[in-house]
Amino acid sequence: MEKRDFKVTAETGIHARPATILVQTASKFSSDVTLQYEGKSVNLKSIMGVMSLGVGQNADVTITAEGQDEKEALDAIAETMTKEGLAD
Amino acid sequence: MSNRLDGIAASNGIAIAKAYMLVDPDLSFERENVSDVDHEIGRVHDSFSESAKELEVVKQRALETLGEEEANVFDAHITILNDPELLGAIEQKIKDEQLNAESAVTDVTDMYISMFEQMTDNAYMQERAGDVRDVTKRVMSHLLGVKLPSPALIDSKSIVVAHDLTPSDTAQLNRDYVKGFVTDIGGRTSHSAIMSRTLEIPAVVGIEHVTKDVQDGDTLIVDGIHGKVIINPTDDEVSEYNQMADQYAKEQAEWKLLKNADTQSADGRHVDIAANIGTPDDLDGVIDNGGEAIGLFRSEFLYMNSAELPTEDEQFEAYKKVVEGMDGHQVVIRTMDIGGDKHLPYLPLPEEMNPFLGYRAIRISLDRQEIFRTQLRALLRASKFGKLAIMFPMIATVDEFKEARKIYDEERSKLIDAGQSVADNIEVGMMMEIPAAVLIADKLAKYADFFSIGTNDLIQYSFAADRGNEHVSYLYQPYNPSLLRLIKQVIDSAHKEGKWAGMCGEMAGDQIAVPILLGMGLDEFSMSASSILQTRSLIKRLDTNELNSLVDSALDAETNEEVIELVHQLNL
Repeated sequence: MEKRDFKVTAETGIHARPATILVQTASKFSSDVTLQYEGKSVNLKSIMGVMSLGVGQNADVTITAEGQDEKEALDAIAETMTKEGLAD
Repeated sequence: MSNRLDGIAASNGIAIAKAYMLVDPDLSFERENVSDVDHEIGRVHDSFSESAKELEVVKQRALETLGEEEANVFDAHITILNDPELLGAIEQKIKDEQLNAESAVTDVTDMYISMFEQMTDNAYMQERAGDVRDVTKRVMSHLLGVKLPSPALIDSKSIVVAHDLTPSDTAQLNRDYVKGFVTDIGGRTSHSAIMSRTLEIPAVVGIEHVTKDVQDGDTLIVDGIHGKVIINPTDDEVSEYNQMADQYAKEQAEWKLLKNADTQSADGRHVDIAANIGTPDDLDGVIDNGGEAIGLFRSEFLYMNSAELPTEDEQFEAYKKVVEGMDGHQVVIRTMDIGGDKHLPYLPLPEEMNPFLGYRAIRISLDRQEIFRTQLRALLRASKFGKLAIMFPMIATVDEFKEARKIYDEERSKLIDAGQSVADNIEVGMMMEIPAAVLIADKLAKYADFFSIGTNDLIQYSFAADRGNEHVSYLYQPYNPSLLRLIKQVIDSAHKEGKWAGMCGEMAGDQIAVPILLGMGLDEFSMSASSILQTRSLIKRLDTNELNSLVDSALDAETNEEVIELVHQLNL
């Protein structure tokens, strides 16, 4: 299992456009990917799940991936987080 | 037999094309229990994948014609359709409750919609509720086998027929194919009307039942000049309107050539054609249409679009933007004209029997001086970025003007003492909209640097006829010799003191009034940006020497109609 922590720096939190791209990125991999925030955990391949968390600025989130391509999945997600300005 | 409908002319031009109904279909369904749950789950999967396929096309089209930002909206919708949790929840619901697909989809999406709507501290999330709603609509249309309009997919010349058009509807419209708008509701300032003028396509709004009267695919003529729509026109009507459209296109092309031309009568007399604007965003339209100045910038928007009194800095930014944007051409900004029919939630005004005759405009400014002084300071600070002029609305007496001017002078001195730089050539004038002021214009002209005639109010006050009351609308008589005599008096009084007189009411761009006003010697005509080129073209054809007799006859006429007839006889 791969696991990584992020601090959300985007002013609007994980909102529409970056959330869509994040979900699209996670969906490319076969591993199960989850997003944890304030004790709740959702499927990162589910846009509704991600949005239901309402992750705002300065939130600490943890993303885990489990499966054959878990390492690649988390690398790609981390890259997306930076590219979309969600986290440093 | 064709069917003619009347509405409000919202954007000039003529279009003939097939109707595209941008109307939500009936998506009602029966809540049922089913025995074959697999069949229902299959229907859900089919409707999701068909919707996604459709949205891919919409997205592609939006990307090609509208740009990435609009296309992203559809990308988000597709992601929702690919959501494994969403599909899973719907499947579970069908299995657990033996529900039909329609009910399960609605139950589950409703749950998400209300969840997003409850995230009141996050505007983005609340907007996502709208996304889920849009996607659900599409899925339901596939489940129910009805057609959902996709404006982004319009690929032939069409007239969009809608109850109303929202910004997200118009964002999806392909400008190459949408030739006109027709709506049930709205007025000249509704979103659809403004959008149609920006896109320069004809529009008729406020036709009450048009979405019921028109069927998808009907041929429509939209006459945005006269506010008429003809459903399934006869061949004669089509050729009549084709001619009119040609004529209009020719005029348009001719007018466009006048964009950078000086406004001169046939005998070489120059007048300024200026524009009336309501917000800094209107500036583009003024420049596109070759406006030579801003004759009226209504400062009310700053007060109306706000939850509290606008600060000096907020006002300064707005004024600066316009003054700077006009690049040295004069900008006349009118101080706050609140009251009458315009109210502010944060500035409660007493209930009045006759609000138009009550506590409004300069009357409030002179009473609530802190509001007035804040505005004057913002104006003065903006003055150094171009050529600013200030005018006071609703002045009735010499004392009122002198008082307002005194406050202005005080704020000006204070700013200069504080080391602020302020332009030294700011003209301070007044609106002429109250008959008492017109009658004493010779005295007012000693104090005011200019007059600007506000015809809508001047007509309402002269005829004692509420301009919003349809029972007395016959008294809206802009060409009545009584009104023309008042206008003449304003112009003459200004000229006698070496001052200038302009007009910033609807009448300044009125093709019947312009020859008379030019003949009377009006110096500045201020109008909606869309009327500028047409008026410039008209003035170029007029010889002021020949207008003297028109003015004499008009002032000597008995009725409004007689004056119209006199102008028609000129055969312009």
